[in-house]
Amino acid sequence: MVLKILLGVLLTAVIVSGLGLPMSPHPQAWYQLPVIPGLEEKARIIFFHVPTAWLSVVAFLTSMVYAIQYLRKRDLAYDIRSSAAAGLGFMFCILATITGAVWAKFNWGSYWNWDPRETSIFVLLLIYGAYFSLRSAVETEEKRATLSSAYSIIAAVTVPFFIFIMPRIMTGLHPGAKGDPEGAGPVVEFKMAPNMRVIFFTSLFAFTLLFYWMFRLRVRTAEVETHNQLRG
Amino acid sequence: MSAASPSLRLFLRSTGAVFLKDLRSELRTRYAVSALIMFVVTTISIILFSLGSEGASTDALSGMLWVVVFFAAMSGLSRTFVMEEERGTTLTLQLLAPPGAVFFGKLLFNFVLVTGVNAVTVVLYAAFINGFVIRTMSIFVVTVGLGSIGFAAAATVIAAIIARANTRGTLYPVLSFPIILPLLLSVIDATRMASEGAFFGEAAGEFQLLISYIVVVIVSSAMLFEYIWKD
Repeated sequence: MVLKILLGVLLTAVIVSGLGLPMSPHPQAWYQLPVIPGLEEKARIIFFHVPTAWLSVVAFLTSMVYAIQYLRKRDLAYDIRSSAAAGLGFMFCILATITGAVWAKFNWGSYWNWDPRETSIFVLLLIYGAYFSLRSAVETEEKRATLSSAYSIIAAVTVPFFIFIMPRIMTGLHPGAKGDPEGAGPVVEFKMAPNMRVIFFTSLFAFTLLFYWMFRLRVRTAEVETHNQLRG
Repeated sequence: MSAASPSLRLFLRSTGAVFLKDLRSELRTRYAVSALIMFVVTTISIILFSLGSEGASTDALSGMLWVVVFFAAMSGLSRTFVMEEERGTTLTLQLLAPPGAVFFGKLLFNFVLVTGVNAVTVVLYAAFINGFVIRTMSIFVVTVGLGSIGFAAAATVIAAIIARANTRGTLYPVLSFPIILPLLLSVIDATRMASEGAFFGEAAGEFQLLISYIVVVIVSSAMLFEYIWKD
């Protein structure tokens, strides 16, 4: 209950301040966001696009951790958690791809440019897709859990190459790529006004809470379903 | 001789036995080899027909070589594990050999198969596709060698997974593609360098990536194989 209220308050605050606060070329008051040349109003995407992309990776890692747990303990409860996290990750991955593509059309001129970070989100989408097609191809529950766990671990050890290494060592359009005048590095290191930074991190936190809440809901639903199936 | 050596020797012997078993059964039927070679011939002729008399850029041609290699691998490399399931010999093999020996035996077999097929592919491709020239042979040879090991590594563990699933054929490329993509990007880049005549040192970065990819995939699949293989 507390979680739900906190989540509601935080997300409302992020949406209202992220979309509503005015932008000015020379910010005077605390509520004025700076205008970034070349981005203007389009800069607001960072409050929503980055958290979804962040969650698609967090969900992927959560899914992998539960996959390892499943292989160690052989308890189907871990498999439920693993697939629930993957399902949410898939959703956030699609959201990040679509918001990014629409934004890229207006800022970079085309929906898709095969920038290294676009390549990595595409690979993540493919992995989620492959994971769920593997799950639907196996009927026995234990076997499905084992095989999909093994696949998600193998995917997790090859994927960091795409998400963490490639976008930094190759030239690209996203901030933090090689050749970026602000320097290659983690995304948040580039210059962001303090008030934008507050909204950004609040948004990151609120979205992570949202993930946690949805994850718990999904796990509980799945557990009730298996319970009902067992009782017939 | 250390204390671990008898068990290690036994392990190597079972690995060799699994490899020889697969090699013999392949030599008897020649199923995988003929399927793979015919696949390569088919794909190269499709490329030839679609190109017609027009040439394509070096970039496109070095990419297309790996398209041929990828789909050829996808058509034949799952054979080692799917065959065991179809003949119903999985249980026997589970009883007779430790999982690690099965994995490394099959990996070795797939590696030999892929290397052989890649050699044929490269020769055919270079002979028939106009405009595909290799200027730095050393880069190209290392790329094809490392690429073959990487392909065999990733394809073997995915084959082990899909052999246990119900729909085998269609799922194989779907599951393999995201895993093989880092490898594909590196080998395509290195092949482009080789055909542009770059110095060997310039491709060192790609080779480092390839080697670390191979190590990561082989180690993680060797650790996971026991879970996939045993019911």
